[in-house]
Amino acid sequence: MSQTASPQDQVASDSVGVVAPQYAEFDEPLTMENGATLPSFRLMYETYGKLNADRTNAVLICHALSGHHHAAGYHDPNDRRTLGWWDNCIGPGKPIDTNDFFVVALNNIGGCHGSTGPTSNNPEINEPYGADFPQVTVGDWVNSQARFADYLGIDSFAAVIGGSLGGMQAMQWAIDYPERVRNALLIACAPNLSAQNIAFNEIARQAILKDRNFYDGRYLAAASNPMDGLGTARMLGHVTYLSADGMDLKFGGDSKNDETDDYYDVVGEVTSYLQYNGEKFAGMFDANTYLLMTHALDKFDPARSFDNDLVAALKNATARFLVVSFSTDWRFAPERSREIVDALISAGCDVSYADVESLSGHDSFLLEIPRYHRILTSYMTQIAEGLAA
Amino acid sequence: MKQADDIIIDLVNPNARVLDLGCGDGDLLCRLRQTKSVTGYGVEIEHTRIEGCLARGVNVIEHDIDAGLDRFPTNSFDIVIMNETLQAISEPRTLVREMLRIGEECVVTFPNFAYWQCRKQLFFGGRMPVSKHLPNEWYDTPNIHLCTIHDFDTMCAAENVRVITRHVFDQHGRETFPTRMLPNVLGVTAFYRLGRPT
Repeated sequence: MSQTASPQDQVASDSVGVVAPQYAEFDEPLTMENGATLPSFRLMYETYGKLNADRTNAVLICHALSGHHHAAGYHDPNDRRTLGWWDNCIGPGKPIDTNDFFVVALNNIGGCHGSTGPTSNNPEINEPYGADFPQVTVGDWVNSQARFADYLGIDSFAAVIGGSLGGMQAMQWAIDYPERVRNALLIACAPNLSAQNIAFNEIARQAILKDRNFYDGRYLAAASNPMDGLGTARMLGHVTYLSADGMDLKFGGDSKNDETDDYYDVVGEVTSYLQYNGEKFAGMFDANTYLLMTHALDKFDPARSFDNDLVAALKNATARFLVVSFSTDWRFAPERSREIVDALISAGCDVSYADVESLSGHDSFLLEIPRYHRILTSYMTQIAEGLAA
Repeated sequence: MKQADDIIIDLVNPNARVLDLGCGDGDLLCRLRQTKSVTGYGVEIEHTRIEGCLARGVNVIEHDIDAGLDRFPTNSFDIVIMNETLQAISEPRTLVREMLRIGEECVVTFPNFAYWQCRKQLFFGGRMPVSKHLPNEWYDTPNIHLCTIHDFDTMCAAENVRVITRHVFDQHGRETFPTRMLPNVLGVTAFYRLGRPT
C-alpha cells in the first residue's frame, strides 16, 4: 500500500470533507403567495452530520441572496474554490457542530444552482422559464422548505439559521410554522427593507433590465446573457455589503494624502477589485434569479399581514430566538436587529441579542469573527445539551 | 451576594416576568427559572458574561444600561432587578424611575459608602476607601455614584418611591442584629425592594 495521503486526508479535521449535492423532486403543485402555481419542483440540497434516532437534531440553513445548497465541505478536495459558502461555521467542532446536528442546506426555488428556477425548463413552452418564473416570496420559500422537511421526515428543526435574507426565512419559519422551529437564529437581518435598501436593489435591477442582452428576460432562449448588467448589479450590492472603514483598510484609502500616486493606487485597486468581483459573479449567477431574489427581499415584511404590527406577527412564535448584528453593517444595521429584538420582547418571546464589533459590514455574517463564532457556539452547544438530556 | 439572590428568589412570584439589569452570567435568572418558572431577560454588556448566559440558555440582551431603558415598554415586567450596578450608572435617579415604569416593583442593591471601614479610611487615612467591595482606586473605578443608605432613603422619599422592604448585610453577606440596629454604619451592602407610590 502506498503511504501517499489521498486528497480526502488532506482536508482539515474540522471539515465535513467531500460532499455531494442531492436533489428532491416534488410532484404536488406549489401555489405562491401571488396565486401563481409551480406544477412540480426540484430542490437541490446537501446534508452534513447524522440525523439522530428521535429525528430531533436537524438544523436548517437558509441562504441569502446569492447563496445555495453547498454550505460546507468540498466538492473537490483539491480545489479550494469548491469550499462551501459557510464552511467556517459548519463542521465537526465548528459553531454549528456536525457531531451534534444534522445540518441541511438547500438551494431555494427561483435559484440558479439546480433547484427549479428561471433557468429550468418550463414544460408548457419547452423553453427556460426566464422572466416567466413566478415571483416567489420569503413565505413561499418557507412553504417549500416545509415540504422539504416532510420529505426528509423532520417534524421540527432544532434550529433554523440564516444571515441576511436567510435570517428573514428563519423569522418567517418561526411565524408560519411555530410548532416546527425550536430555535430561530436571525443574523444580520431586518424586519423589512428600508427605503434606501429598496433603492439599492432597484438600481441593481435597472442595471440588468437595461442591458441590451437581457431580451426581456428571455436571454437564454436567445442564447445571450446580460452579464454587464448583472456584473454592475453585483458591484453595487457588494459595495453596500462592506463598510467605509473596512474598504479603507482593504485598499489603503485611510492613508490618503496629497501624493497623487497613492490616490491612483486606490482608484486602480478599487476598480480592478470591483470589476473582478462583478465579472466573476456574472459568470456564475443568473440575472433573472438576481431580479427574483431582490424582489423577494423588497417585499419581505411579516408585519404587513398583521396591520403592520410586528409584535402581533411574532405573538404566535414559540421558538427561542438569537439575534446577532454587526456594528458596521449599514445595509441591515444593528438598529434594525434591535427592532426585531424589541418586538420579540413585547411579544413575550424568548430572545437573546448580541451586537458584534466588526469592520466588515454586512458581509461579517459570513466571516470567521472570533466573538461572533463564540456566540454561535455558546448558543448551539446549549441546544445540543438540551437534545442529549 | 448569594444572600441577596436568595431573598430575591423568595420574593419573586411563580411565573413572574423578570428583567435583570447587569445580569452577569445569568446565575440568578437560571435559579429563578428553575425554582419559580419565571420568564424574562438579562441585560448585560460584558462579552464573556453574555456568552455565559447563552451557554446556559438564559435570555440575554446586549445593551448599555447607561443608554437608558426606553426600549422596554411600560408595565412589561413584574419585577426589575439591579444587583450592585446602581453606583456605576450615570443617572441613577432616572434609572430607578425607569425601573419602576417598566416593572411593578424593583430590587436594587448597592455598596453602602457609610460603612464604618469606609469612614475609617476616609477619616484616618484621608483617602478614598478601597476594600473588597470597592476594590478600585478613585481614578479607575466604574463606581461614579457611590451613596450611603441615608442618601438612598432620602432619594426614595423625594421621589415618593415606596420602600417595601430593606435588608442590610455585613461583610459576610448576612443580615444580623447589629446591621439592623446600625445599618448605615455596619452595613456593607444594602438591598431595597421598591414599589411605585401608593
